[in-house]
Amino acid sequence: MSLRGGLRLDSHKARPLERPIRGVPPPTEIALALDQGSGEESVPVVKAGDAVHMGTLVAASAGAAASLHSPVSGIVREIAVRTTLRGSGRCIVIENDGNDRRAASLAPLDWRTLDEVALLEHIAAGGVAGLGGAAFPTATKLALARAARADLLLLNGAECEPWICCDDGLMRERAAQVVLGAQVMLAATGARRCVVAIEDDKPEAILAMESAVSAASDARIEIRVLPAVFPLGAEGALVTAVTGREVPHDGLPPQVGVVCQNVGTAAAVARLVQDGQPVISRIVTVTGSGVREPCNVEARVGTPVADLIGACGGSDGPELRHIAGGSLTGRILQSDTVPVTKGLNCVLVATSADLPARGMEMPCIRCGDCATVCPAGLLPQQLHAAARTDDTAGLVRYGLSACIECGCCDYVCPSAIPLTARFRTAREQQHLQDMERRRALDAKARYERHQRRLAEQAEAERRAFDEARRRARDSETGTD
Amino acid sequence: MNATTLLPAVGMAATLAVVLGAVLGWVAARLRADPDSLVEKIDVLLPQTQCGQCRYPGCRPYAEAIARREADIDRCPPGGEATVHALATLLDREPRPIDPQYGVTKPPLVALIDEDRCIGCALCLPACPVDAIVGAPRLMHTVIKSQCTGCELCVAPCPVDCIAMVEPAAHAPRTVNA
Repeated sequence: MSLRGGLRLDSHKARPLERPIRGVPPPTEIALALDQGSGEESVPVVKAGDAVHMGTLVAASAGAAASLHSPVSGIVREIAVRTTLRGSGRCIVIENDGNDRRAASLAPLDWRTLDEVALLEHIAAGGVAGLGGAAFPTATKLALARAARADLLLLNGAECEPWICCDDGLMRERAAQVVLGAQVMLAATGARRCVVAIEDDKPEAILAMESAVSAASDARIEIRVLPAVFPLGAEGALVTAVTGREVPHDGLPPQVGVVCQNVGTAAAVARLVQDGQPVISRIVTVTGSGVREPCNVEARVGTPVADLIGACGGSDGPELRHIAGGSLTGRILQSDTVPVTKGLNCVLVATSADLPARGMEMPCIRCGDCATVCPAGLLPQQLHAAARTDDTAGLVRYGLSACIECGCCDYVCPSAIPLTARFRTAREQQHLQDMERRRALDAKARYERHQRRLAEQAEAERRAFDEARRRARDSETGTD
Repeated sequence: MNATTLLPAVGMAATLAVVLGAVLGWVAARLRADPDSLVEKIDVLLPQTQCGQCRYPGCRPYAEAIARREADIDRCPPGGEATVHALATLLDREPRPIDPQYGVTKPPLVALIDEDRCIGCALCLPACPVDAIVGAPRLMHTVIKSQCTGCELCVAPCPVDCIAMVEPAAHAPRTVNA
């Protein structure tokens, strides 16, 4: 076990776990964001007025966006831009008829008889995406692992963020589903063994998982208990902690023979094979001192966050802030009307007591604390200096692309410099510059083709002119 | 001292001159700075708008002119300060502001054809240096937004003034409803 840097943080997971997972009644109107958290949009295959059932495909997968299914039965009202977790984005708005009629095509899978390719196709068709937060299509990730012949399936139950406990709740209550999902994913990738990594602050989840594994009597699955250190649940850090292998920062875990999946994703795969249900709901931790009854809730994708808070007794308190994701890596929500996505693991309704206001930003005193805690082994102070001066070459040299935006440097900075936010902005700028660069290269190629075509046309015209003149001369001499 | 004693020395000197000359010539040919590679390096720093504001008929010709030291690096308004800085670093010259004689740096715009007024004359098609306009004689034309560099070269040839330069966000050609 090795982890560079990191923080040992006070846990705030106890209160939501006092209660079992609670269902949230489906709302009268569902807003399915086409971007479920991966940063790319799926492609709608329905239009306004279409009738849909629970589990009907409404948007096809595209790139890093998994396919999307209707979580309720009803009528598609419109495809419109709404406020979403990422600011704003296109959503498929569905009017819920309240009947929850299931699509006829949903049926359990006899997964043991299916080969790897067929299993991957089913997982893709079920809209399974990384429920840990990235919402990247699971089938794509598993297919990469299969192509790279990864031998280890690593199930991520670390959940290192101090407020989030949806995976903890899931493992306590539905451990058997997680184990079944692991078995299906082993079959889909051809990996030989599976490690479920859980941090040692979840003794109940560890017990539940151990008994589920022994009930399934599958010797390939092993529970590994890790110390509770933030951000051990980050993919690269977890792979290193469990296997000792380091994932290149510009590479992926399959390169070192590992494929990482969240335990929630495994449970989603299990549901898909058990009763054919695609991903239409997920477990979300609703917590923070601003919520009356902090609790893990299971909500349909597309439910407004306000309904989740309502199911937890509502909120009250001074200066409430709504944060999607944890206290370190989350983003402030503009409004509580934003719909749940597959990538949303936690709604933190924080009071000023939970998250003290940051002090005023002061100059960097070069104490080096940020470098000590950085789990990616970077020098945040140097990156910050480069970001301040727009030094693109410096940002590249100090490894901006290896930053996992965990927020450890922010947490320890005595000068209260919002380092992670700066890095995020710098990264977005770099991304824009790269896009501009690509556009320019594309324009250049088209310009060159255009020039070549003009030259060819001119040449052809000249030749035709010469030909005509020669012929005219020939006919002149001929008449003589 | 007679000619016979001088002969070997003269012969030696002549041989040396020929051999060394050949070596130097070969080295010069082998290690010559490739003018094309410098042009290429300059060209990739230019924004590829192909607008001709630099008074050259495109980014490549301007890059060639810079490489020949015929034009200074301050003639590219679409590239702006960033391009001047990049060129200055590459060529080890002093950065300088864009010469206003060649235009001013504007936010990026794209061309939008008013499809109700377009008469399908096809005059804008050859004017577009990056082939970003789709159309044919007597048929409506439209601009492919993602490929338009905002060079404005299509605006002047249009006989009915139906091409406007707009913000990329405002560029919304009519969509055909399914």
